[in-house]
Amino acid sequence: MPVHTKDVSNELQLDPKIRKQIVQRLSKEKLQKMLEQMFLTRFFEENAEALYMRGLVHGTMHLSIGMEASPIGSIAAIRDDDYILHHHRGHGHTIAKGADITLMMGEFIGKEPGYCRGRGGSMHIADIAGRNLGATGIVGGGLPTAVGIGLALQMKKTDNILLCFFGDGATNEGSFHEALNMAALWKLPIVFICDNNQYGMSMAVERAMTVHHISQRAAAYNIPGVTVDGNDVLAVYDKVSEAAMRARSGEGPTLVENLTYRWRGHSKSDRNLYRTQEEIEEWKQFDPIIRYTGWLQEYKVLSEDEIDSIEQSAKESINKATETALAFPEPTPENLEAEVFAP
Amino acid sequence: MTNPETKREITMLEAVREALVQEMRRDENVFLIGEDIGVYGGAFGVSKGMQEEFGMERVRDTPISEAGIAGACVGAALMGMRPVGEVMFMDFLTLMMDQLVNQAAKIRVMFGGKVSIPLVMRAPYGSGTGAAAQHCQSLESWFISTPGIKVICPSTPYDAKGLLVSAIRDNNPVVFMENKLLYKAKGFVPEDLYTLPISKGDVKREGKDMTIFSYGVTAQRSLEAAEILAKEGIDIEVIDPRTLKPLDKDLVIQSVSKTGRLLIVHEATKTGGFAGEVTSVVCESEAFDRLDAPIKRLCGLDIPIPYNRTLEKAATPQVEDIVKAARSLAIEGR
Ligand SMILES: Cc1ncc(C[n+]2csc(CCOP(=O)(O)OP(=O)(O)O)c2C)c(N)n1
Ligand SMILES: [Mg+2]
Repeated sequence: MPVHTKDVSNELQLDPKIRKQIVQRLSKEKLQKMLEQMFLTRFFEENAEALYMRGLVHGTMHLSIGMEASPIGSIAAIRDDDYILHHHRGHGHTIAKGADITLMMGEFIGKEPGYCRGRGGSMHIADIAGRNLGATGIVGGGLPTAVGIGLALQMKKTDNILLCFFGDGATNEGSFHEALNMAALWKLPIVFICDNNQYGMSMAVERAMTVHHISQRAAAYNIPGVTVDGNDVLAVYDKVSEAAMRARSGEGPTLVENLTYRWRGHSKSDRNLYRTQEEIEEWKQFDPIIRYTGWLQEYKVLSEDEIDSIEQSAKESINKATETALAFPEPTPENLEAEVFAP
Repeated sequence: MTNPETKREITMLEAVREALVQEMRRDENVFLIGEDIGVYGGAFGVSKGMQEEFGMERVRDTPISEAGIAGACVGAALMGMRPVGEVMFMDFLTLMMDQLVNQAAKIRVMFGGKVSIPLVMRAPYGSGTGAAAQHCQSLESWFISTPGIKVICPSTPYDAKGLLVSAIRDNNPVVFMENKLLYKAKGFVPEDLYTLPISKGDVKREGKDMTIFSYGVTAQRSLEAAEILAKEGIDIEVIDPRTLKPLDKDLVIQSVSKTGRLLIVHEATKTGGFAGEVTSVVCESEAFDRLDAPIKRLCGLDIPIPYNRTLEKAATPQVEDIVKAARSLAIEGR
């Protein structure tokens, strides 16, 4: 059993008593919304993949199937007026921050009404009005920017915070270390969240760094670091809530590592030569959606029928969004140079 | 015009790999370092299978740490090794800038010429893959304007193999640009190890009415455009510098002196682009007096490359754009 599978199946798993307390603290509405968002993300990506296979998408895409609990649990822990900044594997983050799925799909297909008017594509979806400050395609590129956002929030004396997401691979960039040091130094209102899916392309975490848990790196900046069962949306919610409270009260940043796993290949071209099929299958046993629906039933929050109908309606919304987005108009190339500079 | 004596056709990607493999067999100081170049075979598959032959030490996978990769190349080169780094996309050279521009490019002169930095950084560049603003750039002009760095950009598999071998053997830092769309392009390539001279351009098509200066994928598009215009009676000479820095100025001057018209085509953005430099080379030479019409530049728009396919195409010169520009230049000043 690969090391990290063991972590999730043993030591990282929440004590069921604690999980039950988390569920009891939350409204049915909130718990249901997280489930809806997980289904929406899963179906969005399955549709995206299908469109891709049909040759309707030009470019690349990075799917987060199997990783939904990390962005959704994290973003459920902040207020609507808080901010997020994320990265190339960002469909879940965008949905969790309340994006319109039709405009998202429109951007994925490169249409004018899409979130970024077809200029950005799947890797760069931003919903600025929704305080989703966008996805960077440069690994680690968002981290120094997060420092500036945190600085502005602090200088403007708001009580808003920022969740800054990135992958495990990004923590090997110099930018990660510069950003964490500065944010710690100035006690910026940021939660740094690592979606640790255990690979940066073909590079396994244990081949790329000497620490076992990425959260150990927090020690270098004297901030709290915590590793969470990242396929447990409730555990993620709980830990990020704590970190968010700390950030909001002026105590500074936290590094949260959500340990999860990417089921699909890195992007379109990936023959999975760097891992075994068994490992993938092993991780599929920890499907964050199946685990969550199991607990919701166990704690009598939702019945099986209710869950089925949430799943069904998420599927329908995504299908409808896809249909609408496919019919969106294409952007036209007339004024490309004129739009570069702000007026 | 280069016409290799072989009947074997391989792709540009295979030509690049063959150069690496044969040089590594010949010289144990040569090694590869980069992200996902081992089992994964590199983002575009260039080093596929190479780790099996040369092992994990000489085909070294790194963490995602571009400054570290570049620094590792600089330091190893300083110690007499011949590192060949791979940056996954040319765009990420931005993360290597200190090591390449402030360190690699300066060390030799700064230390009185007593040491050299023989490194190659292979950089897949260009648009057309739908990868949007941060994965499609052509950043050659930054390196061209940095003394101490050579810049090479082949447009055929034959040129790619011979020039990559020369780049590895060169005692200076070299940025070796590989066009992503050309990886699949085929051409005749000798099986034996050979070198091609750096700083020597090539006439890809002879003609008398106009010179098109281009490199990389736009050189290939210029050749297509020349064939189209040949049917209209316009006889175009296509010259490919192959090395952008140091530039084969004589080739440009000679060709323009002969044809009297010059169209410069590249994918990189127009403002501050290499075309401006080439224009100046002609203006400062005896070829200036031979010009029958103003020099024309056809370059990438001054924009971040958009994702949408139609917009993306509009951002850089396509065959039809070259045909149009050349056709109008052919009658200008007549
Ligand atoms: C600076 C930089 N280097 C390399 C890449 C190519 N690349 C894109 S995603 C990726 C892997 C990133 O791994 P990780 O941070 O773990 O995120 P994941 O893809 O696993 O979600 C790489 C190497 C890039 N986009 N930017
Ligand atoms: Mg990863």
